[in-house]
Formats: sequence, structure tokens, C-alpha cells
Amino acid sequence: MVRLALLGLLSIGLMWTDHRHNYLQDFRSGVAFLVYPVQAGVNLPVQAGAWVLEQLRSHQTLVEDNRSLREERLRMSALMLRFEALEQENARLRELFETSSRLRDPLMIAEIMAVDLDPFRQQLLINRGRVHGAYPGQPLINAQGVVGQVLESHALHSSVLLISDPSHALPVLVNRTGLRTLAVGTGNPQLLELRYIPPAEDLEPGDIVSTSGLGGRFPADYPVAEIIRVERIPGEPFARVEARPLARLDRSREVLLLAPVNGTPESEEVFGDVFEEPAEDAVEEVTP
Amino acid sequence: MSGSRAWIWVVPLTFIIALALTVAPLPEWAAPWRPEWLAMTLIYWSMALPRHFGVGVGWGLGLLLDVATGALLGQHALGFALIAYLSIRLHQRVRVFPLWQQALTVGGLLALHLLVVLWISGMTGRAPGTWLYWAPLVSSMILWPWVFVLLRDVRRRWCLALS
Repeated sequence: MVRLALLGLLSIGLMWTDHRHNYLQDFRSGVAFLVYPVQAGVNLPVQAGAWVLEQLRSHQTLVEDNRSLREERLRMSALMLRFEALEQENARLRELFETSSRLRDPLMIAEIMAVDLDPFRQQLLINRGRVHGAYPGQPLINAQGVVGQVLESHALHSSVLLISDPSHALPVLVNRTGLRTLAVGTGNPQLLELRYIPPAEDLEPGDIVSTSGLGGRFPADYPVAEIIRVERIPGEPFARVEARPLARLDRSREVLLLAPVNGTPESEEVFGDVFEEPAEDAVEEVTP
Repeated sequence: MSGSRAWIWVVPLTFIIALALTVAPLPEWAAPWRPEWLAMTLIYWSMALPRHFGVGVGWGLGLLLDVATGALLGQHALGFALIAYLSIRLHQRVRVFPLWQQALTVGGLLALHLLVVLWISGMTGRAPGTWLYWAPLVSSMILWPWVFVLLRDVRRRWCLALS
């Protein structure tokens, strides 16, 4: 009885500290290191299955794959030719406006571990940890769009909060109109909610929203979601806008971690964006 | 292998298997119905060998589960300590129950645990707003007889030295 009471008090203390402060990060990482072998063991059969499937693929499919990839690479490198030129032009223009921004963010590939967490929260584990350079707050994308951010980085693995978690809010802007808003998770991997949009705003289903770079955690201009429904309720101060994440959150297997340039992910980005906005407006005013 | 010290690795092994089953990937429709494997294993061992298991073991296991599922530290630990305590208090009565009555008792203990976890989630603003939260209760109660028989065989084979 006494021990139960003591442990109960200890739990309450732990929960309070964990909820309010960050002191317990190392302790949690230590325990996570103990649990990791079990998680890795569970992940192993899935990985082995993927390996076996890969070994069993026929020569024919490999040749076909190879050909289509080669074609795609050719197309891509043709596109990249123009991209190089555009990038240089962009850098020159930015120099004129005295702003800084980078187009190419260094990437690190991570694999999602086949491990289930709490089914009512939108979280994942990835097989990159502090050893590989992952840090809390690091943005995650895949080939289609933004996936989420690193919540806790342990020694060999990290937990990731998806953009569809109800506690996640992502500063975005609508590509077509430049309207800034927040994409808030709903708990459903297929649905985000765009908040605080006045009903009079010009929005249509099909509009793409991408990161605005405000908040300093996600670099600007990565696609996030497609608007699927706009509902203007008379008498309500804001419209109800729903969007579907472009990155298929519930079925991708590999993700990319965006790495900071010099280990300081925060400061530079924020300034780059704050100055970026008026500069773009200025261009639009000059051209007509 | 029925040496007198075999339990030292057999019992932790059952906990490790339970933890692995807890994090093993399930299809999306089945994930909310995942039985509370770790809690069931804890209840079994607390009732079968009450002198060797205490609230401390439950608390430690709960902490592992907290980290494994990304919950608040101490959330499951508190629930598990409570489960272990009650199982040890009740073990003399529940051990002689028929299996279905045992399942009901286990259901009661698990409900208490889920309630504690839900209550804490609610206080920190992470409450899952759906009745599916209680689904593990049903699946755990249905599976309890099998878990019980399996773990009883394990105990008879390897843990004679303890009881």
C-alpha cells in the first residue's frame, strides 16, 4: 500500500515534469534505448519480407524498372538544366533585394519502422536517431509533400509527429492567392483543417497550400495539401476549409529528413521569410 | 530445461513477447482492437506468483510502455502499478474462479487502467474522442482464457521453484 502510494506520487511527478518541462528528455531516451531492441525485432520480419520480395523480382521487371528510371532521370536532368539557371537568377535577384534564402536543402533518407504506437495519435518511428544527426523539430517530407516533424530523437531512432495529429499546426499559404493560414491536424491521416480564414476569401477546392516558412521550423514552399472542401456558414466568423495532405501519410515507407545548413535550423529561416514577403510585393508593384 | 532458476529468463521473456505484440503492426481497422497484452501478462504473473511480483514491477513495465507508445511518462506506469496492487490483493479469490469469471475480473482491472490513462490524457488535452478507446477491453476479455492457459503451462513447466 505504501509502495503503491509512493509510486503513484512518483508517476504524478513524472507526468507533471514531462508535460510542463523538458528535463526528462535524457531519461526518456534511456528507456527508449531499452525498448528499441523489441521494436527493431518487430520491424525485422517486415524488413526481411521486403528483402525477400526484392530478391524474387524477375529479371524482366528489373530491366523494365531500369529503363523507366533511366528515362525519368533523363527528363529530370533536362528539367534541372533550367533549374540551375533559374536558381542562379533567383540568387542574383535575392542579392538585389538583400534577402537570403536557399533553394536546396540537404536531405537525409530515413525509413519508417513497422511499429505501431498509440492508435489514437498520429505518430511514427523512423530509423534515424541522434547518432545520424536527427534532432527534435526537424522537418520531414517525402516525394509528394510535407510529412511531419521529429518529436523526440533517441540514440538510434526518433519519434515523428505527423501533420495530421490534432496537436500539430503548420503555417502554410495558399499558392494561388498567397493567403496565409494554419493547417491543423484532425487525427485523420486524410484530412487537415485550415483555420482562421475569413468567409470572403477566394478559395476553391483544388487549390494547393504549401509551407509559408513562418514559424521557422519548416522551410518555405514545400507542398502540403490540396483543398477539398470550402464551407461558408452564414453568421460564422471563419469559413470551414478542409484539405487532404499530398504526402500519403498512412502508406509511405521512406521519408526525407531536411537537414539544417550549419546546425542552426531556426534563426536564418525566419529572417529570410520575414523579408521575403514585402520584397515579392514590391516586384508585383513594379512590373505592371 | 526445468531447472530451478529457469524462471529468471522465462518470466521476462513473456513480458518481452507481450511488449512485442503491443507494438507489432496491425492493419488500421484492427489497431484500436489490440488487446492489452502487457497488462494481461502482468495480471497473470501478479496473481500466480504474488510473492515475487509487486507494484514496482508493474510500474517499471508501465514506464516501458509509456516510452514505447509515446505516451506521457508515468501514464501507463500509474495504471499498471494499480493493476499489480489489486491483482495481488485479489489473487486468492480470483485464482479459484472459473475462467469466464476470471475474464470478467480482468476486464474490471483493465477498465480501471484504461480509465486512469484516459483521465490523464484528458487532463493533458490528448483525449481520444471515440468509443473505440474501450475496444481493447472487449478483445482482452475474450482472449483472457487462452492467455491464462498458455501462461499457466509456462509456469508449470519452468517456474515450479517459485510457487
